[in-house]
Amino acid sequence: MRTLRFLLQKEFRQIFRDPSIIRIIFMMPSIQLLILPWAADYEVKNIQLSVVDHDHSQYSRQLVNKVTSSGYFQLQDYSGSYSNALQQVEHDKADLVLEIPADFEKNLIRDNESTLFMAINAINGVKANLGGAYLRSIVQDYNREVRAKWVQLPRFSPEVQLEVTSSNWFNAAMNYKLFMVPGILVVLVTMVGSFLASLNIVREKEIGTIEQINVTPVKKYHFILGKLIPFWILGLLILSIGLTIAWLAYGIIPVGSLLVIYTFAAVYLLAVLGLGLLLSTYTSNQQQAMLLSFFLMMVFILLSGLYTSIDSMPVWARAITKVNPVTYFIDVMRMVVLKGSGLKDIGPHLLTMLGFALVLNSWAVLHYKKRS
Amino acid sequence: MTTNNIAIQAVELTKRFGDFTAVDAISFEVKKGEIFGFLGANGAGKTTAMRMLCGLSIPSSGKAAVAGFDVYKQTEQIKRSIGYMSQKFSLYEDLTVKENIRFYAGIYGKSDAFIKEKTAFLLKELRLEAEASKLVRSLPLGWKQKLAFSVAIFHEPEIVFLDEPTGGVDPVTRREFWNMIYQAAESGITIFVTTHYMDEAEYCNRVSIMVDGRIDALDTPAALKRKFEARSMDEVFLKLARKAKRSGD
Repeated sequence: MRTLRFLLQKEFRQIFRDPSIIRIIFMMPSIQLLILPWAADYEVKNIQLSVVDHDHSQYSRQLVNKVTSSGYFQLQDYSGSYSNALQQVEHDKADLVLEIPADFEKNLIRDNESTLFMAINAINGVKANLGGAYLRSIVQDYNREVRAKWVQLPRFSPEVQLEVTSSNWFNAAMNYKLFMVPGILVVLVTMVGSFLASLNIVREKEIGTIEQINVTPVKKYHFILGKLIPFWILGLLILSIGLTIAWLAYGIIPVGSLLVIYTFAAVYLLAVLGLGLLLSTYTSNQQQAMLLSFFLMMVFILLSGLYTSIDSMPVWARAITKVNPVTYFIDVMRMVVLKGSGLKDIGPHLLTMLGFALVLNSWAVLHYKKRS
Repeated sequence: MTTNNIAIQAVELTKRFGDFTAVDAISFEVKKGEIFGFLGANGAGKTTAMRMLCGLSIPSSGKAAVAGFDVYKQTEQIKRSIGYMSQKFSLYEDLTVKENIRFYAGIYGKSDAFIKEKTAFLLKELRLEAEASKLVRSLPLGWKQKLAFSVAIFHEPEIVFLDEPTGGVDPVTRREFWNMIYQAAESGITIFVTTHYMDEAEYCNRVSIMVDGRIDALDTPAALKRKFEARSMDEVFLKLARKAKRSGD
């Protein structure tokens, strides 16, 4: 144990003497949590709309007014020819074209019916989909208004109409920050846990001090514990800083207990530290470790359900998310922060994570050689 | 502790990497308190041989005992009995002089009282008292090397392995460094040293010269010069090294 004390003392001295590590500990969570949640928002706004109005009637103007005042659309262009509008799309200035035919008003009044045409720029699939849907629902709304105006006394509606009302549970205002912040926190903890730790060990390989340690009586498990413990503490520290920022900047206070979050994080960090250790045994310099880390982080983030729903992934991709530790922590964070899940609810995830920790660490220890 | 006066004994010690035989059945003995020079061109297999003796590398075949302990089974005991200074500078540059000493002494299990007392003595000897709380990074190379050597023998090992300890160091510092080696040898520490400087070979009690993984010559510097009809160790080395088929790295 005395040996471990000396190793830990040395490790903490080095960590807190390195200005770049201090920066990472405090700047990384601040920047990521203060900036990313604003950008990582699925809501589509500022859709550039190009209106082709052949009618120039009161009704057509009312419709355009309604669309532009919805807050989702920006009127990019109001012209009289479709080819002109298409040009706007081609130059990437417009996302949507709404064509109002001549006689729009006349048909509406005379035949009780009129048609509109909508052309969507589908290069950005999400924007196209949502933009089209928004526009459609605004037009429907408009339709209802017109009808309400014509039927003066709203006694019995001549047509049967089904309307669905919904209530959003756990995130009533559908606030994306509430959804993203816990996820981004997980990414932060993962980066510190696995990549900072692996870089640290590989650095010792690179400068040759690991060889010096290897000729001393320091045991393998001493050395590994000496590396794991500081980064485990560092990971929990980052999590605490992150949770504080989430509270101060976004007013996010976990519905569930902090104890549950920390319990899971403690086990989770063991798993990712094992991964970091494993990475360091397979690389011999910091460049290799860095590249491998980038690659893994990319896979981890995109296949974790942070940005996209896992349920909509193909079966094989869903299988990968199952062996991605990040998936579980993000899930747990969202469960606890939004829904207030307790230890019992996250039990299966906790067990899985214990499994991860066990497998990754044993693999790393077996592969870490003091002798060649 | 060993019972006889042999510090290191190697018999037919061999290391193969695939088809390549880095160290080819070398046999030698190093006596206690001796300064043993381990010479050879780049790529001759010196470092590999040394790594096997330090317990960093498992031999392919042959036998060896260091401080009376077997290199296959008793590596942990060997590590307790030796000091090692590698080619690469291996103190922590982001720790201070004092912290480095304390760390390495600590992981060898030395008591706080021992560390405190000996650190003070050592800093005085090295005239590093003023730099004790400075980062090792800020020291000149010569001082770093002297400090690294002092750290390698701080825990009072039986044997110390020095892998090209004076590479890149100026002649004056080199001289001082060898004075430290002599002092250590006088206190009973066996010195096993590799070097490329032939004037340093002259300082050794006995010298072995490795060529292509084998030991081609082993004797006192004087006897070697007589045998190869050479005026200096430089000539002896050139005569032997020219036979080498392997190219240096």
